[in-house]
Amino acid sequence: MSAVKKGLVTFAAAVPEEGLKAALARPRSEVIAEVTASKLRGRGGAGFPTGVKWNLAAAATAPAKWVVCNADEGEPGTFKDRVILAEVPDLVLEGMTIAAWAIGAARGVLYLRGEYAYLRDSLEKVLARRREKGLLGTGILGSPLSFDVEIRMGSGAYVCGEETALIESLEGHRGEPRNRPPFPVDCGYRSEPTIVNNVETFACAAMVLAKGAEWFRGIGTEVSTGPKLFSVSGDCREPGVWEFPLGITIAGLLAAVGGEGAKAVQVGGASGRCVPASEFGRTLAFEGVPTGGSIIVFGPRRDMLHVAENFLEFFVDESCGQCTPCREGNAKLLEGVRMLREGRCSWAYLQELQKLGEVMQLASKCGLGQSSPNAFLSIVEHFRPEIMGRTAGGNA
Amino acid sequence: MLVTERLRLHDDIGAWVAKHGATRAALIPVLQEIQRSYNEISEYAMQEVADRLDIHPVEVYSVVSFYSFLEAKARGRFVIRLCRTVSCDMTGKDRVARQLENDLGIRFGETTRDGNFSLEWANCLGMCDQGPALLINDQVFTSVTPETVHDLIQACRKSFGPLAVQGQKGRTH
Repeated sequence: MSAVKKGLVTFAAAVPEEGLKAALARPRSEVIAEVTASKLRGRGGAGFPTGVKWNLAAAATAPAKWVVCNADEGEPGTFKDRVILAEVPDLVLEGMTIAAWAIGAARGVLYLRGEYAYLRDSLEKVLARRREKGLLGTGILGSPLSFDVEIRMGSGAYVCGEETALIESLEGHRGEPRNRPPFPVDCGYRSEPTIVNNVETFACAAMVLAKGAEWFRGIGTEVSTGPKLFSVSGDCREPGVWEFPLGITIAGLLAAVGGEGAKAVQVGGASGRCVPASEFGRTLAFEGVPTGGSIIVFGPRRDMLHVAENFLEFFVDESCGQCTPCREGNAKLLEGVRMLREGRCSWAYLQELQKLGEVMQLASKCGLGQSSPNAFLSIVEHFRPEIMGRTAGGNA
Repeated sequence: MLVTERLRLHDDIGAWVAKHGATRAALIPVLQEIQRSYNEISEYAMQEVADRLDIHPVEVYSVVSFYSFLEAKARGRFVIRLCRTVSCDMTGKDRVARQLENDLGIRFGETTRDGNFSLEWANCLGMCDQGPALLINDQVFTSVTPETVHDLIQACRKSFGPLAVQGQKGRTH
């Protein structure tokens, strides 16, 4: 069981290229079987089983396939991918190379968000060094694998973290999510089979090949295996990147980071849920409160309506505008929050807003729209006494 | 636009298209190069890119208008983007914002008349544990306070260090 520690504990201890060497010594099917057996699930937040994704892409028949690393880390409160790319970039590229071997891809793209442009030079140097050492290029480490990675920059659009929007952006279009199916594993970048995985997922995959699926399964819970990086911010004594096994309780996390006495925790960023103190016994895991790792701690004096307003302003700004529930719904929810703040919202209208939020969850086209009302709905559910009947001036 | 400026833009775009390839997938990298060197993507630039990539200029405009780091209207040499997301909000981004407006004499969304500074909001810069955070062009600054705002602006004005290189108007590649 990995210890509860600040920083990148497991990743920093990785032996360079151990996972890649192990992978190249085995047939592709065994590599995928190992990842599947580890029960590794996507670290970006959605939690799709990585082995299943790789298997689908491996099964697709096409002359060219793509490995895409999603480094468009835009979720509010998330910064662990930045730290991974700054401290252990080789591990991520190792994971991408293993994925290329597993699915039969020759080219990869690292899609780096525009806000992280200052990381680009150092990443280019890492790529150049890997090419020199024969870890990228033709015949990697004497194997038949040829694979190289290029860096592409985002341009400040949160929605491009959604995998089909990311692919649209790579192809030179507006970052508007596609209808699915077809899924990227069949028809992705340039209409060719593509896997899109989060930065941390690739690093985990490299660890799985190095240390084995059994080791990985030994950390975390039955359903949510492995160590997980959490980006902790807000009202606590020790904000930063922390590593915990999945399945830790929120109370346990708060005790470690010095956030005891919190009134609520936002788990999963703007698209996640607001968990009140009464539910701090719940676990952070795919079967509990799922998360890509964003933890924002709210101390006892924070105004939760202000928090809801901030998140809705974010979604109004970042909605791609393609589908009506998300584009219009978030604007109406924001207007509603401002009515609550000014003490002008009736009980009946609040019910309407909640119904609207549920419609948005059901009817929006992509994950952004479907999750955009989550924070609002959970704040209304848990903090109703605090947000209703406000007097002018807005404070509870 | 002066004829000489047009010619230079024409040559620059030609070089960038040659570098990234004359395909639709090259559109955003080419636009990013224009933005970085010219601080704006003018209608003339959009038409030029459209011709080179053999797409309609409206397609180019559609992409420019979608991404917040691509801008059709001219921005300052130094674009200051302050994070407004919740963690930076809790560490006092409003006071930093006020001081930036006071010291630059502009509001968010505006550019100073000398063309040196633009002030914009950004959504989560991924510095949530070290807020308030802001970007000046490509560089990130954390734990900014109202008192340090002046120092940051002065550093830009004096144009020393790596900041100066990135903001130069019309810099050739």
